[in-house]
Amino acid sequence: MRRVGGGFLALIALTLPLWLPSAYHLHVAIMAGIFGVLALSLNLLLGYTGQLSLGHAAFFGIGAYTSALLTLTLEWSFWPALAAAIALAGAAGWFIGRLSLKLRGAYFVLVTISFAGVISLVSVNWIELTNGPLGLPGVPAPELGPWSLRTKTTYYYLVLAAVALSYAVSRRLVGSRIGRAFVALRENEALAESIGVDVTHYLVLAAVVSAAMAGLGGSLYAHYTRFVSPEVFLFSYTVTMVIMVVAGGKGTLAGPLVGAVLFTALPEVLRAATSWQWQMLAYGVLLVLLVVFMPRGIVPHINAAFSRTPRP
Amino acid sequence: MLAVRNLAVRFGGVTALEGVSFDVRPGSITSVIGPNGAGKTTAFNAITGYLRPTGGRVSYDGVTLTGLRPSAIAQRGIVRTFQRTSVFRSLSVENNVMTGLHLRGTAGFLAVLLGRRRLADEERHLASDAAAIIEFVGLAHRRREAASALPYGEQRLVELALALAARPRVLLLDEPGAGMTGAEKTVVSGLIRKVREQNVTILLVEHDMRMVMGISDTVIVLNGGRVIAEGAPAEIQAHPDVIRAYLGASHGSA
Repeated sequence: MRRVGGGFLALIALTLPLWLPSAYHLHVAIMAGIFGVLALSLNLLLGYTGQLSLGHAAFFGIGAYTSALLTLTLEWSFWPALAAAIALAGAAGWFIGRLSLKLRGAYFVLVTISFAGVISLVSVNWIELTNGPLGLPGVPAPELGPWSLRTKTTYYYLVLAAVALSYAVSRRLVGSRIGRAFVALRENEALAESIGVDVTHYLVLAAVVSAAMAGLGGSLYAHYTRFVSPEVFLFSYTVTMVIMVVAGGKGTLAGPLVGAVLFTALPEVLRAATSWQWQMLAYGVLLVLLVVFMPRGIVPHINAAFSRTPRP
Repeated sequence: MLAVRNLAVRFGGVTALEGVSFDVRPGSITSVIGPNGAGKTTAFNAITGYLRPTGGRVSYDGVTLTGLRPSAIAQRGIVRTFQRTSVFRSLSVENNVMTGLHLRGTAGFLAVLLGRRRLADEERHLASDAAAIIEFVGLAHRRREAASALPYGEQRLVELALALAARPRVLLLDEPGAGMTGAEKTVVSGLIRKVREQNVTILLVEHDMRMVMGISDTVIVLNGGRVIAEGAPAEIQAHPDVIRAYLGASHGSA
């Protein structure tokens, strides 16, 4: 049943460009995919280790800037730049993980917020490197051998591959002793230590993988919009990621993806449906309703509903 | 052999432990008893790395444990349980024990991401180990239930299963019988004996005198942060200092 459902969803995702009526819809799908990668990334930390990173846009932005700068100034091609973006964001994750070794809860949140703030200031003020608030226009489109991935359709498949990769990595981790160690840290840290789980090691590992994944999302974003500015560090990106993970269902594999699709599409739907004055209000009301009626998130709620129906 | 030498713990001006020394003979069941506030749990915390002692040393087979992180001490085979029930509440009994098997697994990051056959084999082995441990503590019928949904006595069994999963050589049990019914205590005593038969040394803190005197080879009595007596159960029951400090007090209040 689950398998059939998953296969059906994969089929829809693979054939989506054929169904969608316009380039605009495809654009929304691509953004949903990029946010899907980011939400999966945040979910590793927030959903599995239980640590809330409110500076996740920093890893996203580091990925975007790394990729943009390497392709623009050093004329690297897309793929090595992508790898570097992932690596550098991962290194930043390692740094944050080590820095907050003993910090949990509110203190971890503060460290991640401050980190994002500092990185954002650097992007604004290091004008020689980043071109400051004017940003970096003209980031090249990726190429795969002789083909350019310039069109929306090809880019959609690139993003879809990244989502599949992020999902596969999350799934493998979560289903392993590493994922069980993450959850042990979330559930009861003292108990986790007592059975030999080196909590700091696993926290750092989660931070590195999560940040690297966010860097992947950042690089894809940079080469899609073809423009990177300090806006990539906006707090609203982080908030959007958190909403996607929490509303979709943190600590589940499908939840962040459901959240990413829903909360990328929702503002667009609202834009078409109402005037701008009402958009944010409607968004807020819908979010509140969702949290009130499905406090654990959409996916856990649906799972619970299914398991409650009596089996023959 | 687990050796505790001159262990001292001070919290500010309060001395919780002072010059505590004892050995836990391999393969024995050793109990630590004493009135409330005697320093029993503090001693456990200091031995297992949850508390850095102000002085003294703990070693196992000659290797110093003092100063190591709790997880590093667990890796050396010294595994504890907690006085207040500690289980991974939202996980099923099965997943609790799978998590407890952390040290038996070997798969690292790359193996987890790329592994195929060997990874699947390891997972299968761990699952069958988990099933065996759950069977051992008698919770097979509860396997798929969330730990938090179990009655208290069974949660304590989950806790024991978790600790056993970590493959202890020395198992420290902090009041394993607390809050249990008489029948449940009998089950736990039986399990503790069976664990010892598998060459696991057991050190326990317990208030229930019947249980302590019934299963222990050696009893260590703490009072006011010091060891006031050590010996076989019968000697301890007859020891004048112990009667004064502990049994006497409880007779007086009864």
